[in-house]
Amino acid sequence: MYETVIGLEVHVELGTKTKIFCGCETEFGAPPNTHVCPVCMGSPGVLPVLNEQALRLGMKAAMALHCEVRKDSKFDRKNYFYPDSPKAYQISQYDEPIGEHGYIDIEVGGQVRRIGITRVHLEEDAGKLSHSVFGDASYVDFNRVGIPLIEIVSEPDIQTAEEARLYLEELKAIMQYCAVSECKMEEGSLRCDANISLRPIGQKELGTKTEIKNMNSFRHVERGLLFEQERQEAMLHRNEMIVQETRRFDESTMSTISMRSKEDAHDYRYFAEPDLPRIVVSDRFLAECLAEIPELPAQKRARFVQDYGLPDYDASVLTATRPLAEFFDETAKRVKDPKVASNWIMGDVLGYLKTTDATIETFAISSMRLAELIGLIENGTISTKIAKSVFKDMLETGKDAKILIEEQGLVQISDESALRAIAQKVIENNPKSVQDVVAGKDKAIGSLVGQMMKETKGKANPQVVNQILKELITG
Amino acid sequence: MLDFSQGIRKLHEALRSGTTTPEELLNQSIEQIEQKDGEIKAFLRVNDVTARDRLKGNAAASNSFSPKHLLDGIPYALKDNMCYEGIETTCASKILEGYIPPYTATVAQKLDDAGAILIGKANMDEFAMGSSTENSSYFPTKNPWQQDHVPGGSSGGSVAAVAAGMVPFALGSDTGGSIRQPAAFCGVVGLKPTYGRVSRYGLVAFASSLDQIGPITNSVEDAAIVLQAIAGADVHDATSAHVEVPDFTAKLTGDIRGLQVGVAPEFFADAMDEGVRQRVQEAVQVLKELGAEIKPISLPHISYAIAAYYLLAPAEASSNLARFDGVRYGYRSQNAQNLLAMYSKTRSEGFGKEVKRRILIGTYALSSGYYDAYYKRAQKMRTLIRQDFEQAFSQVDVIVSPTTPAPAFLLGEKTKDPVTMYMTDMCTIPINLAGLPAISVPCGLSQGMPVGLQIIGKMFDEQTILQVADAYEKTVDFAAVRTAHSKEAK
Ligand SMILES: [Zn+2]
Repeated sequence: MYETVIGLEVHVELGTKTKIFCGCETEFGAPPNTHVCPVCMGSPGVLPVLNEQALRLGMKAAMALHCEVRKDSKFDRKNYFYPDSPKAYQISQYDEPIGEHGYIDIEVGGQVRRIGITRVHLEEDAGKLSHSVFGDASYVDFNRVGIPLIEIVSEPDIQTAEEARLYLEELKAIMQYCAVSECKMEEGSLRCDANISLRPIGQKELGTKTEIKNMNSFRHVERGLLFEQERQEAMLHRNEMIVQETRRFDESTMSTISMRSKEDAHDYRYFAEPDLPRIVVSDRFLAECLAEIPELPAQKRARFVQDYGLPDYDASVLTATRPLAEFFDETAKRVKDPKVASNWIMGDVLGYLKTTDATIETFAISSMRLAELIGLIENGTISTKIAKSVFKDMLETGKDAKILIEEQGLVQISDESALRAIAQKVIENNPKSVQDVVAGKDKAIGSLVGQMMKETKGKANPQVVNQILKELITG
Repeated sequence: MLDFSQGIRKLHEALRSGTTTPEELLNQSIEQIEQKDGEIKAFLRVNDVTARDRLKGNAAASNSFSPKHLLDGIPYALKDNMCYEGIETTCASKILEGYIPPYTATVAQKLDDAGAILIGKANMDEFAMGSSTENSSYFPTKNPWQQDHVPGGSSGGSVAAVAAGMVPFALGSDTGGSIRQPAAFCGVVGLKPTYGRVSRYGLVAFASSLDQIGPITNSVEDAAIVLQAIAGADVHDATSAHVEVPDFTAKLTGDIRGLQVGVAPEFFADAMDEGVRQRVQEAVQVLKELGAEIKPISLPHISYAIAAYYLLAPAEASSNLARFDGVRYGYRSQNAQNLLAMYSKTRSEGFGKEVKRRILIGTYALSSGYYDAYYKRAQKMRTLIRQDFEQAFSQVDVIVSPTTPAPAFLLGEKTKDPVTMYMTDMCTIPINLAGLPAISVPCGLSQGMPVGLQIIGKMFDEQTILQVADAYEKTVDFAAVRTAHSKEAK
């Protein structure tokens, strides 16, 4: 029997307006080589100047991942020749990263698992290479050179492909909550490489690992790791040696393919970047960063369960993004039963957003207006059924629930005397159903309630109707 | 004809009174270059057309010229490792042949703003690696004092242009002595400011933690004037210091009474030239007579400076010069069939011997398995040297030493033996490792060649070294020696 050991290296693009060492824009998708200047192009004689916002976001990320942060750190040069690197070195951090010894808690099968974070460091991105289909030329787009990144290296604490996905989802949520990054994997603002090895259970020593690259979604990470786990396990069963190598995830076959062996590993010749002074931050700067870290998803989930009495499932759905969690929070605060708010948001709101491909930030009904609608159910003004149609009308017309109800005369009839008169009539007209009810056929009452609703055009308060009917029939 | 060596202030006064014009100064500069540079070869490129255009632009703005700055209308030369937008910058290397920078170095921008006129780009050792300007990929420069001698290096072109009277001043860069050593060899003044005093933005890096731009001039006052124009923090250079820039001419009174002058025996090697030893001892005597107090001090670690420097500077250079790969600009080998071959052939063909030697040394020193033994130990030595100076400067205001252990040598004399060549910088290198300011002023002759007195100051205390150098210069009148020599030469 083998156990799986997985470690993840995640690159997250920091959401700054300008690059890390020059004033060029970081906008995604601009025409090639339009966001470049002598500095990021590495023209002879230029010098880097640190963008303080990049440092701030990096520091916030390290703090949100519970890292110990360095007040005094430095940049280093990672030297390598490749056309994507105009200076032939990347400015990164080697032995004094801004953050170390952090963790992320994930929930697996109802149990909390703590995944260690080895380090968080700042660095600049490289350019993007593309190759002519005829194989006779290569092109470099330097727009991405100098985009600020943090690299987040996990401890080899992850044991399954599912845990890897959960770790990434949680990491992404934390980064988004802190406004560190949008973490759009499709735009490359979150990238993940995975290291995976197997070892016999009980063995301390790690097995030979492989590194998987080119996974463009969390699902790919999961599938890639599953494939690799099975591949390695099968090899070990056949007593074959695992080769330490880098493997590429292939989307079309959902498998991994060997790229290169570790034999041509680089010696990056790291040394302290002499063009940048040490990164020394004040206590005040750190306090500011800390103050900018909001309640994180894990804390929010716990609070939603504890304070609002939500089931774990609801809490995790509602905290998936910060705007959604805030939307729920604002709605729940204003209603009697937060679970009702949760049902509305998880059902009607998310359903609508999914069909329209929209996000909660641009959702037409504010949390306050949704709470008003729910309040109208809670105080008996309308039934839940009516509320659903009011909700649709609110989306279509942009009008408030109260106005729509007034305009359409939808106020629920809860007045007992009025309902009693109608009930009398329904009983007289449906002797068969009444007999069934008397005979103990509970279902029959539903038919009578249905008649009542028909008579009142759905405005009768169902609870009151039920009660009156029972009273009149059974005496 | 106005003699450029009479000093920038005199030229400025002539401009202000109207006895000369910027055109006249420019013409004189061009004439001098035409007359002398065929022999001296100080310039890689003379941008006379650009200079004239720029002057026309200035003159168009006002009918009668009235200088707004001490440097307004004064021609100058830039060492060819400083960028000026639109003007070819090669670092005297084949690998950058034809390279036109898309931006202007901060120092050149500041001189532009002051109204100084760039006349051309001066020769140098390739990428500032060398001590004689013989490592230029184009041609060696000759010492104007005596043309069978080297002008020193790596700022040999800049220094020769000033020494030969082709420009009133020039900028050089100094990583291990590249301003001071050639200034000493050619009998002019060369100042290396404190690391961080002058922006490095636009200076093509050799060793980033050691490089510093400074003036090469005929007099100490000129050095102060030029430093004033180029000093100060720069948003484009994170290593430029946010330290107040004082008036560098304020202390040029000739009065140095009561100043504490340190003399360290470690600067006077056994093997040094006897004439140099005597000239420097005489200079110390002059300072004493001017009222300074001479104190013996000790700098026990500076004898390790060359060893440390030749690991640290090449290590940084190996990384700084990695960008010259033929991908984006400069020379690209046409004999390559794949990427790796393009890199190696471009660099093998494009770089000269000394540059390749240093890239190899530096790459080795940073390699895994060797880093601790070489780079890291060299860094520790650098710290010890810095501490030596800190200790010394707790007792004295300035330290004096020879700038070089011997005067200029003959062309070709040391090209076969790089280590002997490296030794010529033994007195200047420790100063770069410590980041301190130092100036070289002429202090007489040995074997008929000029000797330099090096005056080293505390961090950001260029004022005091200028004060001492100026007082010394006013007392000994080297200008007279220079005049006598040039008459003799004719
Ligand atoms: Zn840029």
